[in-house]
Amino acid sequence: MFNRTAIAPLEYTRKLWMRSWVGLTMLFLYAPLVVLMIFSFNDSKRNVMWKGFTLKYYEKALNNDSLVEAMVNSLTIAFLATIISLVIGALAAVMLWRFRFPFKGLVEGTMSLPIIVPEICLGVAFLIFFAKLDWPTDLAWPLNLSAITIAHITFCFPFVAMVVRARLASFNREEEEAAKDLGATEWQAFRDVLLPHIKPSLVAGALLAFTLSLDDFVITFFTSGPDTITFPVKVYSMVRFSVTPEVNAASTILIILTVALTFIALKYQGVKGIAETH
Amino acid sequence: MTEGKQPIIEIRNVSKRFGKVTAVDNISLDIRAGEFFVLLGPSGCGKTTLLRMIAGFEMPTEGQIIIDGQDMSLVPPNKRPVNMVFQSYAVFPHMNVTDNVGYGLRISGISKAETRDRVAEALELVKLGGFEDRMPDQMSGGQRQRVALARSLVMRPKVLLLDEPLSALDAKLRAQMQFELADLQDKVGITFVTVTHDQDEALSMASRVAVINKGEVAQLAPPSDLYEYPANRFVADFVGSVNIFEGTLTLDEPDKAAVDCPGLGKIYLNHGVTGPHGANVWIALRPEKIYLHVPGEGKAVRAAAQDAPDGHNLARGTIKGMSYLGDVTLYDIQLEGGHIIRVSRPNLSRHDQEDFTWDDKVSMHWRADSPVVLLS
Amino acid sequence: MSGALQDWKSQKKPFAAVATAPVFWLGLFFIAPMTIVWLYSFGQNAGPADINISGTLDNYKRATEWLYLSIFLKSFAVAALTTLICLIIGFPVAMAITFAAPKWRPWLLLGIMLPFWTNLLIRTYALMALMGTNGYMNKGLGGLWEGASWLRTLVGMQPLEAWTPVQLLYNNFAVVLGLVYVHLPFMVLPLYSALDRLDKSLVEASLDLGAGHFKTFMKIVVPLAAPGIFAGVMITLVPALGAYLTPDLMGGTDSQMIANVIERQFKRANDWPFGAALSFLLIYAMFILIALQSMRANKVKEAR
Repeated sequence: MFNRTAIAPLEYTRKLWMRSWVGLTMLFLYAPLVVLMIFSFNDSKRNVMWKGFTLKYYEKALNNDSLVEAMVNSLTIAFLATIISLVIGALAAVMLWRFRFPFKGLVEGTMSLPIIVPEICLGVAFLIFFAKLDWPTDLAWPLNLSAITIAHITFCFPFVAMVVRARLASFNREEEEAAKDLGATEWQAFRDVLLPHIKPSLVAGALLAFTLSLDDFVITFFTSGPDTITFPVKVYSMVRFSVTPEVNAASTILIILTVALTFIALKYQGVKGIAETH
Repeated sequence: MTEGKQPIIEIRNVSKRFGKVTAVDNISLDIRAGEFFVLLGPSGCGKTTLLRMIAGFEMPTEGQIIIDGQDMSLVPPNKRPVNMVFQSYAVFPHMNVTDNVGYGLRISGISKAETRDRVAEALELVKLGGFEDRMPDQMSGGQRQRVALARSLVMRPKVLLLDEPLSALDAKLRAQMQFELADLQDKVGITFVTVTHDQDEALSMASRVAVINKGEVAQLAPPSDLYEYPANRFVADFVGSVNIFEGTLTLDEPDKAAVDCPGLGKIYLNHGVTGPHGANVWIALRPEKIYLHVPGEGKAVRAAAQDAPDGHNLARGTIKGMSYLGDVTLYDIQLEGGHIIRVSRPNLSRHDQEDFTWDDKVSMHWRADSPVVLLS
Repeated sequence: MSGALQDWKSQKKPFAAVATAPVFWLGLFFIAPMTIVWLYSFGQNAGPADINISGTLDNYKRATEWLYLSIFLKSFAVAALTTLICLIIGFPVAMAITFAAPKWRPWLLLGIMLPFWTNLLIRTYALMALMGTNGYMNKGLGGLWEGASWLRTLVGMQPLEAWTPVQLLYNNFAVVLGLVYVHLPFMVLPLYSALDRLDKSLVEASLDLGAGHFKTFMKIVVPLAAPGIFAGVMITLVPALGAYLTPDLMGGTDSQMIANVIERQFKRANDWPFGAALSFLLIYAMFILIALQSMRANKVKEAR
């Protein structure tokens, strides 16, 4: 293309066919989303012809009570699930990193199961579990989201544990000993030395948990009672039964939210950090 | 270096086992207040384990550690009157120098005003005045070590423990820090206990050295005694370089002794050795204590060193290797019996290294007070 | 210096402080539910809301009937095809990222990962919007068709018949395309990881010895990146096998995958024991795949 220097044998990325391949792949990945976002401003009920710019579907989406309620519910679940997953996941990471105990291998393996087990099986398991326990379905908000939140925490915290554990591996134990040598108790050493070290991974873990929770469909689908509306379930029914452009608007809002969160994380961790946590 | 009489640390029959491995094997020793005490030994000999037991990060499997008269068996590390400077310095990366140095004081609840003053004092002591707001990642290794030192010293411990303090520094900095640490200890006056595998460090800084080998104390003595009066082959070989020959004790009287070494010849000593006649012993002879005869010079030198009977304390051989080190030249000489002996000859004049070359036939002698008889 | 692991007995209180919550949660909210499902798979419906755990194997027997077995096999085939396509598309992308200038690399990675973080439902929906009979894909194809037709007239041949939009949705093609769309980012990352660790001088050595790029690729790059390939395959195959949403929204009546069948037992057929049995068969299948992968991974390690 506009090469001034010849392409070295190993500079594959500068070769035309490679660039085209990557370009096409990116196009494939982003085109649907971009089209969706563009058409959320389309003044037409259908997704096909551009009929003019409008914000009316955003208005409609924001005025659609059940859609807004669904959004609020999903955000609440994500928020609660993130906080609790963060605590449980961080504790799990410290437990595995620091201690030797009977059946440790078993515990470690079991802790990674929620990640491996197919979502449908997890969803089914929670459905059965809450049914068997006769989990009340008519609690006031936000307790009516408890079943879903519990399910989300269960599959989120192993991810948090993984991220925190990776960061713990680079911790210099002598710092902790130094703190104790200077008079700190176990708790003070944890608070003053270990916690600051794992802080970046806590942020990464929180973002990961939040996205996983917000993004989840299958498990939410199975654990939502008949009266609780969550965003993915609501959009699912809209997509299935009546494709209205409000869905485009709502989706665009969610995409922007996800991208914004990602860029906040980027600022905090650096681009390399984000790529590495996955 | 001031030394008191009361041992500030008493290690009594301390052993430490990790599963089947015995890291420390029934060690007993006393460390006196005010001394600069060094634990010296090769990697894996147990010296660091011993230090960590004094600090409280390992508990002895057997035995007791008594610090300033108090038994430490039940005392956790954060309550002991000792402070440690770790091998990696372990400076807290998320705190600046002031916060690092003042950490221990804050934990113990000392007032902000007093903390500020004591931190300033400590920083002056380690020559880091002006570094108060620096972050650790903006500092060099040597500077971070000073932060670690200040952080420990500000606590005014009775004993300061240092784990391999100079191993991460480059050669020049190491030499400088050796001097500075000794100077610091002199100023502050507290007891220093250091662990190192570098015998130069030990010899230059210590008031007493405990040489540790495989979990046991091989010798406990001031540096000069370690070098000139090693107690066994391990110490003789570990501290400085040495020539060791096996032999039989043929004469043993209060004021003289003789050893017959097949590889080296007849050895005469001008002092007694307490060992049974006919016992199997070893002779340790330091390279710098052997005089190489320059051709033509022989008779004069021999005449000057007539402190041994004829035929004793002499050897002949062929030069098989030479290393010119600038201030000295090392010669590896193959003796008549086939063994190699190393001789260190100072280059007193500028062309001394030209006196010998490979395959030269040479003769050498040493004084009667130079060889050391080792019984183990 | 990272210290050795501490025995829990030496510090019981701190251990209890960190271990109680995770173990408790795992036990109550993961192991308990899974155990109940497992028990149910040996049960049968006994009334509208009761399940009698009778230790029967009927559910498993039924699950292995050809009707359901064929769906298992088909799901596996679809997942395998998806994985293969992802591998073919993803490998050059991973190579491009590996050999890109260091300053671009994180951005390229981010570019691949960003869609992954977007909601699955939205991504699927967005793809569907393009694939409808009036969607842009059809329009594009139609455009190409018309263009080819016009070229033919230029050359003096008969024009092609009028374009009728192709049914792109609600069939197996759509399901595979949808799954590839969703899982492609999953495949790229492990491939990139493995390629990044590859010693570039090996490639240079191969080229220096006379091998062409393609040969070098097949004989040097691919074998050495094998662990990354296995990892990527597992990370794509296993979730694709258990996919629910994509076949549900984009598939036709005969594009059902195993997850859809399971869902039906719970939401429509109300045959929970059977659904439980199917779920566990899926889990066993996953474990077998994972075990196969770790065995192969160990073999590759030994071969070094």
